[in-house]
Amino acid sequence: MSNRSDRLWMYGTMVKSRHFEALIKPAYFEGKTPVFNMAKGPLPGEMHLSDGQEPCAVGVCAHLRPGDTVTATHRPHHVAIAKGVNLDAMAAEIFGKATGLSGGRGGHMHLFDARVNFACSGIIAQGLGPAVGAALASKLRGEDHVAVAFLGEGAANQGAFHEALNLASVWKVPAVFVIEDNAYGISVAKRDCTAVARNADRAAAYAMPGHFIPGNDPDAIHAVAGEAIARARRGEGPSLIEIETCRLEGHFMGDAEGYRPAGEVERLKAADPIPAYRNRLIADGFDTADLDKAEADARAAVDAAFAAARAAAYPQPEEAFAHVFA
Amino acid sequence: MSSPETIAAPRPTRRLTIARAIAEAIGQEMERDPAVLVMGEDIGKLGGVFGTTTGLLDKFGAERVRDTPISETAFIGAAVGLAASGMRPIVELMFVDFFGVCMDAIYNLAAKQSYFSGGQVACPMVLMTSVGGGYGDAGQHSQTLYATFGHLPGLKIVIPSTAHDAKGLMLAAIRDPNPVIFMYHKALQGMGWLGTVQRSITDAPEGDYAVPLGKAAVVRKGSDITLVGLGLSVHHALDAAARLEKQGRSAEVIDLRSIAPLDRETVRASVRKTGRLLVVDDDYMSYGVGAEIIASVCEAGILLRAPPCRIAHPDIPVPFTPVMEHFVLPDADKVSAAAITMLEP
Repeated sequence: MSNRSDRLWMYGTMVKSRHFEALIKPAYFEGKTPVFNMAKGPLPGEMHLSDGQEPCAVGVCAHLRPGDTVTATHRPHHVAIAKGVNLDAMAAEIFGKATGLSGGRGGHMHLFDARVNFACSGIIAQGLGPAVGAALASKLRGEDHVAVAFLGEGAANQGAFHEALNLASVWKVPAVFVIEDNAYGISVAKRDCTAVARNADRAAAYAMPGHFIPGNDPDAIHAVAGEAIARARRGEGPSLIEIETCRLEGHFMGDAEGYRPAGEVERLKAADPIPAYRNRLIADGFDTADLDKAEADARAAVDAAFAAARAAAYPQPEEAFAHVFA
Repeated sequence: MSSPETIAAPRPTRRLTIARAIAEAIGQEMERDPAVLVMGEDIGKLGGVFGTTTGLLDKFGAERVRDTPISETAFIGAAVGLAASGMRPIVELMFVDFFGVCMDAIYNLAAKQSYFSGGQVACPMVLMTSVGGGYGDAGQHSQTLYATFGHLPGLKIVIPSTAHDAKGLMLAAIRDPNPVIFMYHKALQGMGWLGTVQRSITDAPEGDYAVPLGKAAVVRKGSDITLVGLGLSVHHALDAAARLEKQGRSAEVIDLRSIAPLDRETVRASVRKTGRLLVVDDDYMSYGVGAEIIASVCEAGILLRAPPCRIAHPDIPVPFTPVMEHFVLPDADKVSAAAITMLEP
């Protein structure tokens, strides 16, 4: 069982992530009504929300320090928040403001915060190789930092997944690969495109431990991730973790989700991991006042980040030419 | 044939988006030729993220309309194998930005099948993909990369600017015995969730017609300056030409329609007449389509009345924030401003 402070942190961080997405939603549709046009409004482009997947981020990142590396995906907000990415600068980046993490150059799929060694990418499975590299750097320097690569279940069918796992195992680097299985790659169901029922089984092909975690359960994820990360820190090599999670929203905002069976979203929302976790913590003796305070603090931090992001100035257009080279 | 100014066409009976035109062409060819099949991510139930396979799964079934895993190296490699085995695969990889993961199968395999086999093995496949930005989707979902592919021998590169051409070019591409990269621009595609340049939504005959690969179109006649574009930039050029006309200047607009093969002669013939050449391209500027076109004209010894000009995306990644993205992307304002400078006596 996770310790008390980790559990409270996991709860508050899940609430923070969910509230972040909750503020994204109305902002995203500003300027996009009555006719939806992805180019319009303060948040143009694709927007991939992480509602439902928060347990993956907090269960893993509870064990991480700023010196550990995380690479995430096109759906990065929950992981970024759990890794401790600067919330104000992250919100500002998503709004394309000068105060954003990269001054508006990257946007929501390209959040970089070098202070906490976080990066993400819009290309499927692209983060796995860099995680192996970061892990090797730690090993070569005799440090005990680990690298964690988050990926979706669809990415486990990319060549880069198989190559990176093999390389990590051959070099015995302190890397942990975390599959967030939300059952869909855009519209294509996992069962229609993946030869094995459980991606954790694929770990056997690369001589590393493979863990399957059902139930989208923060405590269960915390326990397994803790073991895998501790193993990596001890120099015993990489692990693969497969988490059965869920995507409560579409692939991107505006997705009509016609590929989902009737009733699926309602069923998933009824099993929303955040209220379920609150109930469990209360059942385990947590004071509701502590939970309320964690929620309020989380929401206040997000509210402040969004207010600052909205108020911030856009960059000068000529700034587009900066940083092409180091 | 998009310009209403130059085409005295009969009143169109129906108008298609490029997405509809592509899906119709594929469906018609699947009916005609049992060797044609479609593969890619989200092309089945979803009908393609950009609508290119709408309705095909219901009509032809999952054997011939195959959703794939996110395994581009495997399924594009498989398309080459299908093509070598007498099939005619159409493969979609939804964003050109994603080609990096499977580039080997494209430029070292598909592009070289015919050459390495001394003509024994053909590679009749179409690889279709979306290109272009302007809607805040950042640097891994907004590139065009025309020149990257145009540079590689053995590939044909097609870029439609209207639904009429999209259908005819797709039919020609499927029937071509070579690998064809079919690049459709998101700003022209006609998806409900993206803005669409209305001029791209055109009449397209219901029947069978091919628009030949490698033949540019003069989409607006003019005498003072030649504006050359491809895909979206044809529309920037047409918009600029309309503004120039109001200032008493006559611009000829050429739609390249394909960059490999490249119809150098149509461009040269126009520039011989106008003496001025401006190329509009939303790909990165250096080593790009603009340079190739200008070189083609200069190499032919055509006397120019003003230095030639390129309007293109500068050599930086596509920035996310709209204030930067629209600052760097080509548009009609930039084209007409450059043209006016070139037309100064």
